[in-house]
Parts: sequence; C-alpha cells; structure tokens
Amino acid sequence: MDSSLKREIILDNYQNPKNRGLTNAEGYYKINSRNSSCVDNIDIMVKIDNDVIIDIRFDGEACAISTSATSSMIKTFIGKTLDEVRIIIDNYKKMLNEEEYDSSVLEELNVYDEVYKQPSRKKCASLPIEAIEKIIDRK
Amino acid sequence: MNRDDFPILNSGIVYFDNGATTFKPKCVVDAVVDYYTKYTANAHRGDYKNSTLVDKMYEEVRVSVKEFINASSSSEVIFTKGSTESLNMVVSGFMRHYLKEGDEVLITKTEHASNMLPWIELEKSMGIVVKYIPLNDCHEVTIDNIKRVITNRTKVISIAHVTNVIGDIRPIEEIGKLCLENDICFVVDAAQSIGHIKIDVKKCNISFLGFSAHKMLGPTGVGVLYGKFGLLDKLVPIEYGGGMNSYYESGGEVEYKALPERLEAGTQNIAGVIGMGEAIKYLMDVGLDNIHMHEFNLKSYALMKLKKIPNIKIYNEFSKSGIIVFNIDKVFSQDVALFLNEYDICVRAGNHCAKIVKDEINIGSTCRISFYLYNTKDEIDKLIEALNNQDKIFDNIV
Repeated sequence: MDSSLKREIILDNYQNPKNRGLTNAEGYYKINSRNSSCVDNIDIMVKIDNDVIIDIRFDGEACAISTSATSSMIKTFIGKTLDEVRIIIDNYKKMLNEEEYDSSVLEELNVYDEVYKQPSRKKCASLPIEAIEKIIDRK
Repeated sequence: MNRDDFPILNSGIVYFDNGATTFKPKCVVDAVVDYYTKYTANAHRGDYKNSTLVDKMYEEVRVSVKEFINASSSSEVIFTKGSTESLNMVVSGFMRHYLKEGDEVLITKTEHASNMLPWIELEKSMGIVVKYIPLNDCHEVTIDNIKRVITNRTKVISIAHVTNVIGDIRPIEEIGKLCLENDICFVVDAAQSIGHIKIDVKKCNISFLGFSAHKMLGPTGVGVLYGKFGLLDKLVPIEYGGGMNSYYESGGEVEYKALPERLEAGTQNIAGVIGMGEAIKYLMDVGLDNIHMHEFNLKSYALMKLKKIPNIKIYNEFSKSGIIVFNIDKVFSQDVALFLNEYDICVRAGNHCAKIVKDEINIGSTCRISFYLYNTKDEIDKLIEALNNQDKIFDNIV
C-alpha cells in the first residue's frame, strides 16, 4: 500500500473515528489506557457475548495515531471471536516490533505498518491494542 | 553568555524544553570529565593528594551553593539526587515526625507531582490534611487567597517558586513573611526557578528548599536540599551507612555525624556536585537578573508572533517566566510536538507531570515552550515559520 493511501486511511480514522463516545448501557467491560509518556488518555468499553465482540466504544484525549488506531481496531474487532482477536493482536504487536507477522489477518490495521519508524508513535499505536488485550485477559 | 559555550547547539537544534532539562556548557562537561580523568578519588575518605583535592572541590561547591541561595551556613546545604529526593526527604524525614493528624498543608493544583504525591501519601498514612490554595483567574497564587485558607491548623505551605506549566512566579518573599507571622513551615520547590531567578532563602524565610542541577546547566542526578539549620538538624535520615556515622558498637550504640554529613550517607555523586559548582559559577558570571530579563524578552517576542497565527490558544500569557503553554485548535499536543520535531524544534507535549493542572486550565494536554539563556529570537522565528505551516502537520505521519 502506498504512503498517501495509508495516510488517507489513518487521517480519516482520526478525523471521523468509529464509535467515539461512551455509553451507559450495561454489559460493557471498561478500561482506561494511558500512554506511559503521560500524554494519551483513552477510555475503552467492550461488549462481549459468547466469546464474540459485539461492540467497542471509546473516548478520550489522544494523538492522531492513538485515535486512529483505536478506530481501526474497533472496525476490525467487532464481530470477531476472542480467539480471532488474539491472533490479530499478536500479529499487530509483531508488526510494531518489526518481527515477522501475518499481514493477511490484520485487515485495515496494516496501515500502521510503518509506525515503528517513529518510536514515540509506536507507543501510541500500541495503546488501544494493549487496553483491549487486558480486557480479554481479564475475561 | 556565548552560544559557542554550548557544543550541542552546533547541530542547529532549537531547544525549547528547558523546563525539562537544560543543555550544559563545555566548562561543566569539562569539570565532570576532569574529575574522572585527572583526580578521581572518594570524598572524605583518604590521605593522599587526589582525595584531599576532591574533598576541597566537593566542599567548595557547598560554599558556592550557600552563596548562590544566601543560606546562613554551608551546613544547611545537603547534596541530593535532585528536587524530587529533596522534597521527599522533607516530607518523609521531617514532616512525618513533626506533623500530627489533622494538621494542614497548603499546596496548589499547579504543583509538580514531586511536590504533590509525597504530601498525598502522608495524608493517607498519617491523616494530615492537604488543602489547595485557590488560584486567581491567571492561575496564580495571591497573598489574599493564602490568607483566606490559613487556619490555626495550617502548619506548612509547600509550593513551587515557579510552576512548570503556567510558569507563574510566586511572591515567595511575601509568602515567607506570612509564614513567619503565622508560625508556618515554608517549603519551596525551586526546580523551575533555580538558575533563572535569584533566590534568597533568608530574605524569603524559607524553611526548606529543593532544586536539581540539571535544570540550571548542571549534570543530571544531583541537586540540593536546603534547610534552616534548626529544622534540618531534626530531619531524620532516610539512608544510613558510611560517611554519616561517627561510630557504632556491636551493642547497638550509634552516634551520627553533624550536618551536613549526617544526611549524605554513602558515596555521593561527586562528579555531579563538581559539575554543579561549575554551573553555578557560569550562571553567576552571566547574572541571574540578565537571564531572567532575557527569558522574559523572548517570551514577549514569541507571544507577539504567536498571536498572529490563527488557531493558536495560549494559556499563560501573563506569567512572568520564560514559559509558554499553548495548543493548536483541534490538534492534540503530541501531534504538534512531533510536527515541530520535523524542523528539529524541541517542545514538550502532555501534562508536564502536573496532572491536576487540568482542573485549573480545563485542558489536560498542552505544548510547552520553555526558554533559557542560550535561546534567541531567530529560533523563535523558526518556530513561527513551522507553526505557519500547520496545514502540513500530518504530511509525514507515515
């Protein structure tokens, strides 16, 4: 994928993020995720039914990459089983850590494949994934 | 001051993050290297010439610090790792023993974490009460507001001289006088003001003061705790070991040394102390009044230019130090900092380790510019040029 298309997808997710805004509805697991460099601060809510992710919502203050990656993650994860999500998370992390990974499972999350080049952006791109991983592990 | 004194500036970097740490002049670096290459020895331990020399250099810095802050005696100067350790020593080594349940400590919501968390921990563990001095519309401390919250249980006022986000300069001389009249212990976090503004601990009736060398041209990992002798002498050591005891017996009989050694257990950061001494000399040569004036002029110049750029909101226009906090409308602070990095301009983004400032300015994350003596108007022009290209902010996001 060429850079301008990646940028377009990243910025579209940043400017029009999927499912921004939390809900008071019941049945959600909630987690707050903060970047250790004390900048980004995102709340994420996940609804899981029969080991399938039914819904994810988020809100908070975060940079373009954090916000965008959260939005892409939401689009990618909704409707997937927890096992499928675990595989995506594993490969996404490998991609950020410059290890070998299976791009075929990452769908839109592939647009973050060059984020590792900017170390501080890498943390931002990891933020939502780490949050949702905690929720899945807790379950 | 000559910019050539700072080798790192040769790279063309524009460094506006002096609130986090400062660059070092070559004389400071040389002083540290000389200790490691020409006369390495421990302090207070040996009978050979290098050890004697180290003793002399180390103790001379204590005298320099005493003069730099106008302490009464060099015994009131303790070398620490930095402001954080200094403030924690005050809270854990002194206040924990001196305060009683229900006693009140006044701080503000614009304090750095290191002047907030130690107090919050003390509140949790021994039931002191931490109260926040209300700030005025410019987020500044006023004497009237302090008077309003002082009660007969108020035992401590602990505030930064200059805050690290708003950059307001607190009227510490008047506050010190108020503390004297009300028998209140006055603790000052000088991390952001040291090396920028003259501090006179006697004139300001300061009970305890902490600062770090690295924010005033010195090395990292070294700083100072100042305390009035009568108070400092009661500070219970946090660390016990070599260098601070006079003798001890197997029966448990122990005698500790007098100040300052009692509060400096173990081998100290000798190279750091010597480097800090060199930094003090450098700052005294330039003159703190000149430095303060230079920073203020830079801030005025930058404000004039920044105000002409659309979409920029400034949060601390009226504070008198060399700190400017701002945001570009609808852009997250970190994105601005990363964009400026493309121009080799260093600014800080985030909450600047002062996480409840957001209660004051209603925004959690900002960009901070903090000037120092080597910054120039040309560098500000580069910043303005970059900010004028803000439509390109995400061009290099991947």
